[in-house]
Amino acid sequence: MGESAVIAGQVFNGISVASILLLAALGLALSFGLMDVINMAHGEMLMVGGYLSYLTCKFVHGPFAFLFALVVAFVGACVLGALVEVSVVRSLYGRPLDTLLATWGVSLILQQGARSIFGAIGDEVTAPQWLNGSIALHHGFLSGVNLPYVRIFIILLAAVVLVGVAVFIARSRWGMLLRAVHQDREMAEALGVNTRMVDLVVFALGTGVAGLAGSALALIAPVTPTVGQSYIVYAFLVVIVGGLGSVLGITLAALLIGLFSAGAQIFTSVSLADVFLLLMVVAFIQFRPKGIIVRRSRAIEET
Amino acid sequence: MRAIKGPAYLGIFVILGLAPYYLSAYNLSLLGRFLALSILAVGLVLVWGWGGILSLGQGVFFGLGAYALAIHLKLAGLGRGELPDFMQWSGMDHLPWWWQCFHSAAFSLAAVIVVPMLAAAGLAWLVFHRRVGGVYFALITQALVLAFATLLVSEQPYTGGFNGLTDFSTLLGVTLTDPKVQRGLYWVTLAVLALAFAISVWVLDTNFGKLLLAIRDGENRVRFLGYNPVPYKVAVFALGGALAGVAGALFTLHVGVISPAMVGVVPSIEMVVWVAVGGRESLIGAVAGTLLVNFGKDWVSSAMPEVWLFAMGLLFIIVVAVLPQGLSGLASLLFRRGRRAGTSPFLIGNEEAVAVPQTTEKLP
Repeated sequence: MGESAVIAGQVFNGISVASILLLAALGLALSFGLMDVINMAHGEMLMVGGYLSYLTCKFVHGPFAFLFALVVAFVGACVLGALVEVSVVRSLYGRPLDTLLATWGVSLILQQGARSIFGAIGDEVTAPQWLNGSIALHHGFLSGVNLPYVRIFIILLAAVVLVGVAVFIARSRWGMLLRAVHQDREMAEALGVNTRMVDLVVFALGTGVAGLAGSALALIAPVTPTVGQSYIVYAFLVVIVGGLGSVLGITLAALLIGLFSAGAQIFTSVSLADVFLLLMVVAFIQFRPKGIIVRRSRAIEET
Repeated sequence: MRAIKGPAYLGIFVILGLAPYYLSAYNLSLLGRFLALSILAVGLVLVWGWGGILSLGQGVFFGLGAYALAIHLKLAGLGRGELPDFMQWSGMDHLPWWWQCFHSAAFSLAAVIVVPMLAAAGLAWLVFHRRVGGVYFALITQALVLAFATLLVSEQPYTGGFNGLTDFSTLLGVTLTDPKVQRGLYWVTLAVLALAFAISVWVLDTNFGKLLLAIRDGENRVRFLGYNPVPYKVAVFALGGALAGVAGALFTLHVGVISPAMVGVVPSIEMVVWVAVGGRESLIGAVAGTLLVNFGKDWVSSAMPEVWLFAMGLLFIIVVAVLPQGLSGLASLLFRRGRRAGTSPFLIGNEEAVAVPQTTEKLP
C-alpha cells in the first residue's frame, strides 16, 4: 500500500467522519442561529437515534429493516427534541448560557436513563446484507485503498439529508418562515408568524437529523450511553467554525474538521490530533471570529 | 447589610475552624477536600456570576495546579537519580527536563498559581480580543478540557496516564500521612479559602468589580463609555484560573491522588453546578453550594450510585430554570422580603439587559 493510498484512505475516512459531524451539527447550528440556544443534550439525540435503530433492527427483520430504523430514529429523536424544547428550552428563552446548563442536565438524565435500560456496554447494529463488503481499488496510484459500503452509505445519507434540509429551507413554507424569523424576529412576529412554533419545528427537525446521525453511527460503532458525548464536542467546534445558521458554512466546517483530524492522525496519535484540532480552531477564530460564512448585519448585538 | 455581613462571615469561618473538634475523622477529611474545591467555586463566582463568562473548562486550571504540586510530591519521595515508578514501567530512562524544575519546592508552589493563571489569561485573551464570547467561549473551554484530559491519559510516560499521580509521602519535609498533619492541612485549606474569600470580596468592591458587572450586563455599552472590556475579562478569568489551580493543589494534598478522571468534561461542569446551586453571584453561596452538592453526592452515591446522575441532572434543570440565584436567592427571599418589596430575587441580574436589545436598531 503506497503512501498516496494511505492518504487517500484517510481522506475517505475524514469525509465519512465529516458526514456524521455534519448531521450532528446541522440541528445545533440551525437552532443556535435561530434561537441563540445551544442544546447540550443534542449529543444524546445521537444516542437515542442509535438505540432506536438498534431496537428496530432487533424486532424487524428483512433486507430493508435498517431503512425503517432510520425513519424510527428520525421520528423518535424529533419527538424527544420537541419535548425538550417545550419543557426546558422554552422557559429559558433569552438566557443562552442558562439554556446550555439546563439542557446539560437533560443530557445527564438521558445518559443515565440509557445506562439503566441498556447497560453501560455497547449494543451493535448489524449492518444489513447489502451494506456488507467494500470497493477495493487495485489499479493506479490508489491501489490498495478499501472503501467499505457502510461508509459510502453514510456519506450518501449525509448528502441526501443535506440537500433535503437545504430544499426545506429554500423552498418550503416552513423554510420561508424560518428565514423570516432568522432575519428579523420582531418583524416576523408583527406580521403574524408564530415564532415559537417555528422555533419548535426547527429544534425538533434538528434533533431528528441528529437521530439520523446516531443511526448512521450505529452501523460503524457500538451504541453506548456516552456515544453522544464523544461526538458532540466536535459538533460544537463545527458550529464555531461554520458560523451561525448557514448550511453551507456548517458543511464546509464539518469537512474541514473531519479532514483535519483524519489528516492529523496520519502524523500523530489520536489524542494529539485532538489537541491540534483545538489549537486550529482557536487560531481560526483569530482570523474569522464569526465563522466561515458571516451573516451580514449592522446590528450592534446579534439578538 | 454590610454591617451584618462581616461578622456573619467571621462566624461561619470560626465554626468551620473548630470543625476538627466536633467532626469525625472521616467527615473532617471530606470537609477538608470540599473546602479546597470551594476555593475554585469562589473563583467561578468572580468569572461567571460577576464577569458573565461561563467556563465549562475550569477542570483544566484545577488540573494544572494539581499536577504541578503532584509532580513535586512525586519527586520529593524519590532518592537521587531515581525515576518515578510509572516512568520506569513505560520505559523512560531519564527524567524529562520539565520534570526536573519541580525538584524545587518554591518553583512548584509558584507554578501551582502561575501556570494556571497564565494558561487562563492566554486563552481568554486569544478568544476575547476577537470579540468572541458568550456561548462560543463556553464551548471552546469545554473542547479545551476534553483535549486536556485526553492528553493526560495518552502521555502516560510523562503524566502517569489514566491512573494519574499518587503515592505521595512528604511535602517540605512534613510526613503527609500523620493524622496531626491532616488536621493541620485542614486549617491551611480553611485559611487559604478565607484569603481567597477576602481577596474576592475586596476585588468585587473596587471599580474593577463594578466594571465587571457592567461588562456582564452590557458589554457594548461599556465600550461606548470608552472602556476596553478585554483586559478586565482577561484579568478576572486569570484570577479564576489561579484560584482553580490553588484548589487543585490543595485537593491533591487532601485526597493523595490526582488523575485525569478528576479534571475531565463532567467534573468541570459539576463545578458549575456547585456555584449554580449556591447562587452564582454570592461568594458565601458558592462555598455553601460546593459543600452541599459534594456531601450530597457522597451520601447519594454511596447509598444509591445509579441515582446520583439523575439527581444531579434534575438539580441542574430546577436550579437554572426556577432558582437562577440559587440558595442565596432563596435566602434573600426569606430574609429580605419586607425590605425589598417589588424586586424578586428569582430574577436574574441581567434580566433587564435581555429585554433591552429592541432598542439597538437594525439597519437594512
